[in-house]
Amino acid sequence: MNVRFVVNGEEREAEGAPLERLLDVLREQLALTGTKEGCGEGECGACTVLLDGEPALSCLVPLAQCAGRDVRTVEGVAALPAGRRIVERLVAAGGVQCGACTPGIVVTAFALFERDPAPTRQALADALAGNLCRCTGYEGIFRALTDDAEQPTVSPARPGAPAVGEAE
Amino acid sequence: MTGIGTSPPRPDGFAKASGAAVYADDLVRPGMWFGATVRSPHAHARLDGVRFAAERAPEGAVCLTAADLPGPNGILLIDDEWPILAAGTVRHVGEPVALVAAPSRLGALQAAAAVEAEYTPLPAVLTLEEAAAQATAQPTTQTTAHATPPATARPLLAECSLACGDVEAALAAATAVVEGTWSTGHQEHIYIECNAATAWVEDDGTVVVHGSMQCPYYVHKALVHALGAAPERVRVQASVVGGGFGGKEDFPSVIGVHAALLARAAGRPVRLAYDRHEDIVGTTKRHPAVVRHRTAVAADGTLLALDIDVTFDGGAYRTLSPVVLSRAVLHAFGPYRCPNVRIHGRVLATHTAPNSAFRGFGAPQTQFAMERQMDAVARRLGLDPLEVRRRNVVRPGDRLPTGQVLGESTAAEACLERAAARTGFQERWRALEREREGRADDSADGAPRRGIGLSLYFHGAGFTGSGERRMQSPVGARLLADGRVEVLTATTDMGQGCVAVFPQIAAAAGSLADDDVTFAPPDTARVPDSGPTVASRTTMIVGGTIARAVAGLSRRVVDWWQGEHGAGWQLADGTLRHPGGDAVPFRQAAREFLAAGGEGALEVRHRPPDWQEFDDATHQGSAYPVYAWGCDVVEVEVDPDTWAVRPTAVTAVCEVGRALHPTLCAGQIEGGTLQAVGWALTEEVKLDGGRYLNDRLATYIIPTARDAPRVSVELLEQPYEGGPFGAKGIGELPMDGGAPAVCQAVENATGIAVTAIPATPERLFAWAEGDRRREEVA
Repeated sequence: MNVRFVVNGEEREAEGAPLERLLDVLREQLALTGTKEGCGEGECGACTVLLDGEPALSCLVPLAQCAGRDVRTVEGVAALPAGRRIVERLVAAGGVQCGACTPGIVVTAFALFERDPAPTRQALADALAGNLCRCTGYEGIFRALTDDAEQPTVSPARPGAPAVGEAE
Repeated sequence: MTGIGTSPPRPDGFAKASGAAVYADDLVRPGMWFGATVRSPHAHARLDGVRFAAERAPEGAVCLTAADLPGPNGILLIDDEWPILAAGTVRHVGEPVALVAAPSRLGALQAAAAVEAEYTPLPAVLTLEEAAAQATAQPTTQTTAHATPPATARPLLAECSLACGDVEAALAAATAVVEGTWSTGHQEHIYIECNAATAWVEDDGTVVVHGSMQCPYYVHKALVHALGAAPERVRVQASVVGGGFGGKEDFPSVIGVHAALLARAAGRPVRLAYDRHEDIVGTTKRHPAVVRHRTAVAADGTLLALDIDVTFDGGAYRTLSPVVLSRAVLHAFGPYRCPNVRIHGRVLATHTAPNSAFRGFGAPQTQFAMERQMDAVARRLGLDPLEVRRRNVVRPGDRLPTGQVLGESTAAEACLERAAARTGFQERWRALEREREGRADDSADGAPRRGIGLSLYFHGAGFTGSGERRMQSPVGARLLADGRVEVLTATTDMGQGCVAVFPQIAAAAGSLADDDVTFAPPDTARVPDSGPTVASRTTMIVGGTIARAVAGLSRRVVDWWQGEHGAGWQLADGTLRHPGGDAVPFRQAAREFLAAGGEGALEVRHRPPDWQEFDDATHQGSAYPVYAWGCDVVEVEVDPDTWAVRPTAVTAVCEVGRALHPTLCAGQIEGGTLQAVGWALTEEVKLDGGRYLNDRLATYIIPTARDAPRVSVELLEQPYEGGPFGAKGIGELPMDGGAPAVCQAVENATGIAVTAIPATPERLFAWAEGDRRREEVA
């Protein structure tokens, strides 16, 4: 079937079987590879996109359901000022390591911030409960997006020892 | 601010977070086909034949079996016993028996379904217990002419020992001898990006593999071996890597060889990308372990002798098991003094997927056992967990059981005291002990049982033993035509952040500005073999070599400049300055140096410290030039009705030498700690008859944002003279500490001596009901 929909603000067309996954349509037909596949069954959140403004797992969305709808991928989210701010905060605070989960986290956080621009740690944890990250332990993500996270400290192993110099 | 000790944003961060970064599965080559793997449904079977019913596959689809291989049927790692494709026998569920490629992803699946393999099932050895029984029955027997072949012909995949002092005499004389058996389960890496590679053949016959990997030159070596190709006709390019944790240390050699074989057979580019089920079923995992301890102690808790037996489940093939076992044995005694030590380690084969590298590389399993054993010793003697560790913790000048005398960079005690002080550990632990003891057995208030636990751990940085001396890994540096310095290493960034730390090291060591330095991509056609991205060696060993290479090259330019323009010039932050007031950018001086015929390329090799000597046969000597140290304090709540354990807070105090980039350094500790907590509590690979019952993220449970405790990290610094600007390797360190601290906290909360992980609710319930034999909490 042929489907017309809006992707990142532009009218697009895709061709495929009705049950073709939106994830594959985005990655293969529209070359939007920022949306990642982590599990293919709606558990990891790496493929999260906005469908009419709400987070959706594109591995579970068939193409047939996309006709006439508005899809925004991480590429489209990061192009918006609010999305870009989320990206920059994640990078600065150590919320990005391997990056495979990060696009899904950016999209999910963007949707949360539209409703709640200053989420508590618990509200962010609830929103991100479906976005698995294996690298950061999530602490860097909490640090980036809330004001309630642990800040790592650096101190001398032997108190009173001289401060560490720069390169010799 | 970007200098040493600051935390500039990682340069790949924006591309990754905004979706622009190109991972292995994102690369599209013109005319690319898709591959698929046909896998054994049996744990152990004779493979009687493989037939490709081409009429049921898409037109033109190709199929390869072991009979089609151009060279030896083995993935070359330490040896090549891991088959590329099963021939004659399959030894685990999910073992590849055939490869197919077709023009589309769906077509590849149709082609795979057209492969008909015939098997005669054979008896299988599925657990470590069965393997141990068999190994005892036939210690090192090779296969003989049985009517029914033995379940496995070679139960013993690796073995090693370590000894010092007189263990038997100390056991006989001791006030108390404490025995314990501690078990750990499989762990699946769950990098969010599954294994993937794309291969193609260039017009000149060069085979190119682009994929997600930690070790481009491992893949290169395996390709040269499998294809019988000349080394210069094989090129390996690492993509952006979506997580590794050891899972992309050796396995990319398998998927890389598979993709290359398909590309040659199909005559076009072929992408082979696993989905999650396939990645869990078909790739390596952490070795399950059983560790038995007999510990002789004095009445005051001083360790007198350690007698330790380590058994690892290696799965079906040897892979990297011998070196995993070495590291396991070399960390089995923990960061403690003990004059009499005997450790025997074995890796036994089972008919399950091969177990191999996973962050920590054997050390988390043996340190879990040692830490739990210390807790058992403390209980026996009426000490608390802090006190028993205080009495035995290693200090500078102490001798390890390997004979290594520890240097000034020994900070276990500092970590222990700092973590205990920060958390008020001793008082909290004692108060919660009293609370538990005062609680009625049948107390049914439903209130969460709170507990706190502490662990002390260490991790050797760099390859074990003589590994770094054998490799003496080179790093290249060269001047580009524009005067910038290009650094060449084969190190890949799997998330840990060398993309940020290496430039910091290079700029600081060369007295250059950040944008004076650039890094070549890890592509074997461009970079020397600076070694694999493993073993907590990247910052300390490769980074240290980068510092020497860039410093050497920039000194070369400065020396030449002074020869031309007189003495007195100082290079700082990329500018040459003369006290007279003149200033010249480094890049300009470098261009003039090149124009004058100066040699603009330099290769520098890693030099291990001269004093570091190790006997790989006896495991005596300095196994590692230095260790990083850590202490975790974990707080938990245990639901008395469901037995679910909720970790609420972790404090990790780690001595790292020098935190070159504190945010990324702490990121390793934060992330590694949660991986360890997951291993302790929820991550369980369930097998039935060798088949995976939970080969999916819905049922293999890693911690979510909701499950994650707060992780508070304090980095202690005591610069190590052998690392760049004092840095030690720390990537694996946090994996050693989380699990035993969690279990001690559960014991503090419930009184249950947790002897095996994962400590799932089912297990805790069974222990609480006394359904399992366990060591009684004294």
